[in-house]
Amino acid sequence: MEHFFSLFVRSIFVDNMVFAFFLGMCSYLAVSKTVKTAFGLGIAVIFVQLITLPINYLLQTKVLDPMGLGFLSFILFIAVIAGITQLVEMVVEKFSPALYNSLGIFLPLIAVNCAIMGGSLFMQQRIGMEPDNTQAITSFADSISFALGSGIGWALAIVCLAAIREKMEYSDVPKPLKGVGIAFITVGLMSMAFMCFSGLAI
Amino acid sequence: MANKNIKALKEPIWVNSSILVQILGICSALAVTSQLKPAIVMGLSVTIIVAISNVIISLLRDTIPNRIRIIIQLVVVAALVTIVSEILKAFAYDVSVQLSVYVGLIITNCILMGRLEAFAMQNGPWPSFLDGIGNGIGYAAILVVVAFVRELFGSGTLFGYQIVPLNWYEHGYLNNGLMIMPPMALILVGCIIWVHRAKNKDLQEN
Repeated sequence: MEHFFSLFVRSIFVDNMVFAFFLGMCSYLAVSKTVKTAFGLGIAVIFVQLITLPINYLLQTKVLDPMGLGFLSFILFIAVIAGITQLVEMVVEKFSPALYNSLGIFLPLIAVNCAIMGGSLFMQQRIGMEPDNTQAITSFADSISFALGSGIGWALAIVCLAAIREKMEYSDVPKPLKGVGIAFITVGLMSMAFMCFSGLAI
Repeated sequence: MANKNIKALKEPIWVNSSILVQILGICSALAVTSQLKPAIVMGLSVTIIVAISNVIISLLRDTIPNRIRIIIQLVVVAALVTIVSEILKAFAYDVSVQLSVYVGLIITNCILMGRLEAFAMQNGPWPSFLDGIGNGIGYAAILVVVAFVRELFGSGTLFGYQIVPLNWYEHGYLNNGLMIMPPMALILVGCIIWVHRAKNKDLQEN
């Protein structure tokens, strides 16, 4: 139980997908202009991550490893992710057309979001870790904890950046830096701030 | 070489740079640049994979059904990345450990999907190959610049060879530890964009 929670908290703050590992940056920078769309995308990413990571965990441990087919993992993972994203797209279109329209192209682009694929690849790396390592994923429950934590961490990061960028519209940024340049520097400063969490011993 | 092909090769290197202008492929550009060697290996791998996958998809472009085109592209790229990953593990093991998950993440590298959709699906194999090489070089160039600055000021070395003379340390010179940490990569890319846009005024946003 303790490992479940410490992995969960650690994945949100210390091993944050955006600030520590730079995953999901492309859609991160493109969708973070307003808090509303950022929040919608964040929720979609959490949802996709929560479904695909445990499925990939089961695939890795029950199918690929016992049969020695580890090298097929890339193809299988991306196929699962693309399929689930298609499903999420259909569900969102049915239940919330407003959100579907505001997210536009970025909903199907979750399939190629590095954060989702990265989550599965990190999971693959961490299966072999020592159980006393707080990062280790030793069971199906751990994979759910990691999925939820990393998704929430990404969503937190994009909403924070969107909030800052909304305010920055009124600032006097030098012309060559306007837009994406100042966004990079802002994310760099936010990343520095999140490094404070690395001292957390949970 | 036809004019159009030379354009496809040269444009992505600076004017329409994959990272600075199209804002694609940033994830791995930031993560593997704390040292020069993994940055160069990554740049090379991405260039090769983009070029070959561009050619394959360009050859298949008339036979792929529209509804499953993303899945086909992803499977082709995933297969290529698997091959490159296994080659790296066999011939350059220490670099592949340093690159860890980012080799696998080439599959979701926006540059690949971006070029496949924007260029390979509409053009022949040879222009697609050149476009792939151009985008790969544009990507690799930024990686090398960022890695150069980060390794030089962060560890005093380049490629593992000590560049900063050792007696400087005795006189009080210290390596800039922040350079090796993630935030600096972001700030460096922001500064490179600053320089790039100051020179190409039409890219500036309003």
